[in-house]
Amino acid sequence: MALKASSLKVGDTHSERVVENLTRTQIVQYAGASGDYNPLHHDEIYTTRVAGYPSIFAHGMLTMGLTGKVVTDFVGDGTLTRFGVRFTNQVWPGDTLDAKATVLAVREDGGQHYVDLAVSTVNQDGKEVMSGSATARIDP
Amino acid sequence: MAKITFPVEASHIMMFARAIGDTNPVYHDAAAAKQTEAGGIIAPPTFPQAVAQFDPDYHLRPKPGQKWFGSGKTPSGIEGKPPSSGSLHAEHHYEYHRHLRPGDVLTVETHQGGVWEKESKRAGKLTFRERITEYRDQLGALVITVRSVGVTTERPVDQG
Repeated sequence: MALKASSLKVGDTHSERVVENLTRTQIVQYAGASGDYNPLHHDEIYTTRVAGYPSIFAHGMLTMGLTGKVVTDFVGDGTLTRFGVRFTNQVWPGDTLDAKATVLAVREDGGQHYVDLAVSTVNQDGKEVMSGSATARIDP
Repeated sequence: MAKITFPVEASHIMMFARAIGDTNPVYHDAAAAKQTEAGGIIAPPTFPQAVAQFDPDYHLRPKPGQKWFGSGKTPSGIEGKPPSSGSLHAEHHYEYHRHLRPGDVLTVETHQGGVWEKESKRAGKLTFRERITEYRDQLGALVITVRSVGVTTERPVDQG
């Protein structure tokens, strides 16, 4: 169901736990589906001994993909016109992520109604791993 | 950069949706998807990233007969390569004119954008590189634009 401008107000939120105890296998699954086989995201030996990180870590785009579900579950299918993020902290195996979309504005432009959202994803320590914004078409 | 042809296929969309933990039927069930406002299967918003599969020269995919920088007998398959913490993804911005559907055949072209530097406490000198990627459909219409920023760090990001 499409969202309706008339039933939305600034400050409304939608949040979901998008992953609990992220596994290395899910990160590998993302590598296979996206085609990004950077060893930093699956090769513990390379990542710890050559790149100098404490362990492998998730693709930023996996975090954006996980978070996208919260946005589309809120605004509906195929209605996004814009979705942009900054990756602020790395996501590690074992992390649990919660994502939240918050209504920033409900507006009309050329007869089409839109909702602007702030998007934020935090880990189990409350540390923000990704933040951004999105816009979707909505019904009047 | 060379243009890449990106055929959008239903099974690929299904695998991608599984990887991001999204069980929405609009990404895998044609009958259920028909009943939604999308009117049929569409791709998840971050699916355009999977264009990497169709880039013949993509540097983050091992290729037969070529050395790979990940581990094998040794921690890196490219000996003598200076230690590097690699490039990280800093920003990613999509603009959608419409969402992708199975059967779309996209032509994808990437242009380099700006390059800038910044000092950071957690990782030393940061070099940011911007790339703009345009996805056009089989009719030549611009469907998606991506602005992506990668960052190369002087040293691994301090986790403290």
